[in-house]
Amino acid sequence: MSIEAKEEFRPKIVAFCCNWCSYAGADLAGSSRLSYPADVKIIRVPCSCRVNPMFILRAFEKGADGVILCGCHPGDCHYSTGNFYARRRMTLLFSMLDYLGVENGRTRVEWVSAAEGVKFSTTMNEFVAKIHSLGKNVRLGDIRCKD
Amino acid sequence: MKKIVKENLPALFRAIAAQQDLFLPIKTAGQTNFGLWTEEAEVDLETLKTVKSGKDMFFPQSETLYTCLKDDKKIYIKPEALQDRNFVAFGMKGCDVKGLEVLDRVFLADPVDTFYAARRKHGIIVAMACNEPETSCFCKVFGVDCAEPSADVAVWLTSTALCWKAQTEKGEALTATLTAAGLLEEATEADLHHVEGEKAVTRAIVEKLPYMNLSLEGWNGEALNEKFNSPLWEKLYKGCLACGTCTFVCPTCQCYDIKDYKTGTGVQRYRCWDSCMYSDFTMMAHGNNRTSQMQRYRQRFMHKLIYFPANNDGMYSCVGCGRCVEKCPSSLNIVKVIKAFAAEKTNEGGAR
Amino acid sequence: MQRLIDRAKELLADGTVVRVLGWKAGDMGYNPEPAMFDNAAELRNFVYDGFCGANLSKFMIEASKLEGKTLVFLKPCDTYSFNQLIKEHRVDRDKAYIIGVGCQGKLSMEKIKSMGVKAIESVSGADAFDAAEELTFETLYGEKTVAYKDAMLQRCHVCKGKEHMIYDELLGESKDTKDADRFAEVERIEAMSPEERFAFFQAELSKCIRCNACRNVCPACSCRKCIFDGTKYDSAQKANTTSFEEKMFHIIRAFHVAGRCTDCGECSRVCPQGIPLHLFNRKFIKDIETFYGEYQAGADTDSKGPLTSYTFDDVEPSIVAERG
Repeated sequence: MSIEAKEEFRPKIVAFCCNWCSYAGADLAGSSRLSYPADVKIIRVPCSCRVNPMFILRAFEKGADGVILCGCHPGDCHYSTGNFYARRRMTLLFSMLDYLGVENGRTRVEWVSAAEGVKFSTTMNEFVAKIHSLGKNVRLGDIRCKD
Repeated sequence: MKKIVKENLPALFRAIAAQQDLFLPIKTAGQTNFGLWTEEAEVDLETLKTVKSGKDMFFPQSETLYTCLKDDKKIYIKPEALQDRNFVAFGMKGCDVKGLEVLDRVFLADPVDTFYAARRKHGIIVAMACNEPETSCFCKVFGVDCAEPSADVAVWLTSTALCWKAQTEKGEALTATLTAAGLLEEATEADLHHVEGEKAVTRAIVEKLPYMNLSLEGWNGEALNEKFNSPLWEKLYKGCLACGTCTFVCPTCQCYDIKDYKTGTGVQRYRCWDSCMYSDFTMMAHGNNRTSQMQRYRQRFMHKLIYFPANNDGMYSCVGCGRCVEKCPSSLNIVKVIKAFAAEKTNEGGAR
Repeated sequence: MQRLIDRAKELLADGTVVRVLGWKAGDMGYNPEPAMFDNAAELRNFVYDGFCGANLSKFMIEASKLEGKTLVFLKPCDTYSFNQLIKEHRVDRDKAYIIGVGCQGKLSMEKIKSMGVKAIESVSGADAFDAAEELTFETLYGEKTVAYKDAMLQRCHVCKGKEHMIYDELLGESKDTKDADRFAEVERIEAMSPEERFAFFQAELSKCIRCNACRNVCPACSCRKCIFDGTKYDSAQKANTTSFEEKMFHIIRAFHVAGRCTDCGECSRVCPQGIPLHLFNRKFIKDIETFYGEYQAGADTDSKGPLTSYTFDDVEPSIVAERG
């Protein structure tokens, strides 16, 4: 019996998660034994509004195939208003990336509370599937970082 | 002298590119710059001045010097390979070529810059004579004859043909290969006559250029203190935005910075053009020795007109290409500086 | 133009202002430079004509730090920038005496050259308050004429109007120059396929030489130290390394001025490689208008900017994917 090695596309996905909600949501997903792909690398941020548009571009630069931002539901921000600002910023940034011809499925914002372990898991599964369908990120990214 | 009819130029480029890399003026999104020739590239030999000068081909705006890589617990250094293949720089102008002479003084003097030296060694320059110079041109002030550039090969674009004259051994070799390939043919008496005519016309226009009589009197090492301490700088720099346009389009600006870039798998050490207009120019651990924009602005002109000639047998590090004259967002430039100092001297400038 | 000089002299003489910020005539008739005049004698080099496109609001940031009042000449579009700078506390209103000058459209040397006019020795018809229908150039290769309209900067074709948003007094006559829709170019790009859009911007941005002229001329880019000048982010602030760095620079720069950009068009005017940088800013302006309602940066000095305010019912970022 022989095992054929297959060159499978393993997307690199960066998830920025708010400390007060989705990061705990990811924890809950874990402790509830809900699975999400290991391709998702979580970066904890104090609030969704901590995420500067530059973070997202940097992630793509260094080889990410998809970037997702998770924060508290509008109205539930730990700091009252942070996610409202994040929402406007990301809307404009995503629109700009779309304008530049970057596939718009590569970026996503999802509001996930600390109690929504299931939502976290399904969101990540969906997002990874989406990136799988889009394939490798070639339009954004620094050629110096490509191996 | 050899020649090739205009219609055969694509074939000529193809033949040159088959043997080595060919760089020539290429139009991308409306602007002409030197670029690598490909079948699809839009070659533009009509534009008088490329935005960036030909300097880029010998001293690229950014180039990797070496890469540090990690292998388990060992770190090793992978030096970047030097240019070891010939390339042709086609369509440089007289001023561009003169610019390289200035760079040679810097990079080929001890300690030799190996990256630059390798490119100089392997680069074959085919320089093109100018026709219809611009009013921003003042290359003759610096001893450049734009009607007959001196390079490995000089070429003239007439209405029907490209006339080709090898001027060095390297140029002869290239000419021989291209002649053997049946691309270059012997120029006729009429062609020679035509070229001489073009030269005369161009030279006559050069005489009429407004900056033709720009005087560099007083710009030498002796005037260092007088020029450096002049209160005029304080007036002249006011419109300066501190952008790097003038330095980046300049054929002789040679300052560079060295930076590191983390690629995720290693660290690339690269160098890139620097500009004395930038606030981090010559930044050191203790800070920066030029703290105001006036000082940085002064540095650019003092370097070109005083420091450089004082250290290089009187050779100015300006070649009069006029690119800064055309491109400065605030319309400041070296000509205005020279004129302002001259006016001050004759007291015509008064309270400029 | 003489009216402006005379008025400036009066204001200097009666002590209202101690210096004048304006444009100084160049040596060629088409290359004036922004300049500071300290006394009446210096004003003999003052000029104001069709080539005075530079937005002087940016220079008021430095002038605000100086002792005494500065007389500044602002075109209608420059006043938007000035207002925005007041809002951001980057200029001092009390340090400025603003003469709003009329504008009949400003000229672009790039456009003039692209129409085949070269080696210009002199030009006529570019008067500031009495612009001719046609510009006449005396060149080394003969006389050339160009319609004034065709030689105008792109921004003048989509002019926001000739009304000054802030001034102490007004001088000179304006002429309406608007003849195109502000968002037409953006819409043309939006209508392309993603592949075409990518190719378009790739070609344009690959020309970028990282000279930072767009940033340094921009009145909204008033940070004391730009993030791209920092050494922390291993960003190649002055190197054109790969296409990505250039792209990131321009996206982030446009983002940093989103909601604050008055669309003065200086970035596109100064780009030595002719990159249509206003397409980035205008895209943001258009999106802001679509998503959050009409907003013109610099129209006033106290309203909240669209990125520093919010409503509970704002659209979700998923709108971008949904609208297709």
